[in-house]
Amino acid sequence: MKSERYALKYHQFNENSILVEWPKEISQDILEDLTHFKSKIEKSESSPYIDQAVSAYQSLLVQYKATIMCFEQYVIQLQSIYSRETPIKKRKNRNWKIPVCYDAHFALDLAELCEKLKLSKEEVIQRHCMPRYTLFFIGFLPGFLYLGGLDKQLAFPRKLIPRPHVSAGAVCIGGLQTGIYPMDSPGGWTIIGNSPVQLFKSNHKKPCFAEPGDTLQFYPIDAHKHAELAASEPNAFLTQQI
Amino acid sequence: MIQVIKPGLYTSVQDLGRFKSLHYGVPVSGCMDQTSARIANAILNNTSDCAVLEMTLKGGHFRFKVSTNLCITGADMSPRLNNSPVKMYTTIPVHAGDELILHRAIQGSRSYLAVSKGIQTPKILNSRSMYQGVTESFRISKGDELAIDESPIKLKSNAVVKGRIESPEKIFLKAFKGPEFNQLKTHQIETLGSMSFTISKESNRMAFPLEENFSNQLDPIITSLVLPGTVQLTPGGKLIILMRDCQITGGYPRILQLTKVAINTLAQKQLKDKIRFTII
Repeated sequence: MKSERYALKYHQFNENSILVEWPKEISQDILEDLTHFKSKIEKSESSPYIDQAVSAYQSLLVQYKATIMCFEQYVIQLQSIYSRETPIKKRKNRNWKIPVCYDAHFALDLAELCEKLKLSKEEVIQRHCMPRYTLFFIGFLPGFLYLGGLDKQLAFPRKLIPRPHVSAGAVCIGGLQTGIYPMDSPGGWTIIGNSPVQLFKSNHKKPCFAEPGDTLQFYPIDAHKHAELAASEPNAFLTQQI
Repeated sequence: MIQVIKPGLYTSVQDLGRFKSLHYGVPVSGCMDQTSARIANAILNNTSDCAVLEMTLKGGHFRFKVSTNLCITGADMSPRLNNSPVKMYTTIPVHAGDELILHRAIQGSRSYLAVSKGIQTPKILNSRSMYQGVTESFRISKGDELAIDESPIKLKSNAVVKGRIESPEKIFLKAFKGPEFNQLKTHQIETLGSMSFTISKESNRMAFPLEENFSNQLDPIITSLVLPGTVQLTPGGKLIILMRDCQITGGYPRILQLTKVAINTLAQKQLKDKIRFTII
């Protein structure tokens, strides 16, 4: 694979973890480099000493099982893993097709968004379903996907006062981001639809179907189809292309 | 089985936490004061990862349906077994039908109740720690029946083990410099080390906000990773100390990181208590 090399910063975060930081930007190249480094760490001789490595946009937290006695030594080890040309079989990223119902019944704020952005409902749906959104990481709530790639025309500020209750499956826009609430929760994003997809199944060994680097694409469904999919086997309708 | 007659103010099943699911956005959770929970398990000869009951500020009322050994550590909630006071930090044999009542915390905030071989509620993602959206409920309720080990057990009592939560006078919390610490101005660093802060009454298992205002010229960061014990500085100039149920990422500058010992000490502070930071 193409291996972007960055000047990484290492910081000892607590007794047993090191935070690795890439330059302060959100980009596909950094995501790829970070994911690649993470897999190299997980397959390295250091892996038996590591509890978990977890990533965000441009940072990676490596949590060791024991207290770090000599930070510098650990950094040298990580740097050596980073610079290695380890042939790693790259996981094929998947593109997930996610059904969304944009009916007024679910889309509590769609009319307001259309009015303020001076776009028709059809235009908003079309622009929202067009991109292949990149999954950068999962955070905020269990199963909440941080997606990049929203059409800038659809950017919409967060609410000043968050709603005390947003339903599971709510498809929202918050600033330059779009996302789906995996469970009932308070929330300050603008609700434009609802998806019957289950983003987090706590009783499963692999509770989330998507992984960082995957892409998601939305497609519109009507309320009838939404009810049908919501009543069927969870996520049986999910289709993916490699 | 332990029958919950009264759950107390906020009582949940906790163990050392859910470590390997952070990448699904699942918080670590686990006992707020892990020192006290570990001592309770050690006294019963349990492994350290056995699940215990964490009671906050006011304890509950429980009926044991089987015989077991139990141990209570952490905050002193004047525990009484069948209406007679019992000691903390020791093994207490209980028989089927016995009732345990805990009251308001006299000192500290969180009391831990351990039983032989631990509480056996279902393990989800390798942990029994209750958390909304992950386990079926996020705290125990009146009428719940909590599974415990029912194999025959040798009831025993032994000497009280030395070990207490830190006294309320101990206000210093040791903290490492956080990832954004170096962006602070010299006068801010001085204030951070010399000022005493008050624990807000909004504090819970997710976070302990501090009441005082703290000048802030730092920009938000690109959403990045946080841990229990991370001290964030909000745009409004408030400090928030993240605790065990915190989200795995955040967008506020992370100026300090409490040591693991300091997190346990903080977990026993009462609302409105004062704290100070020792930056290491």
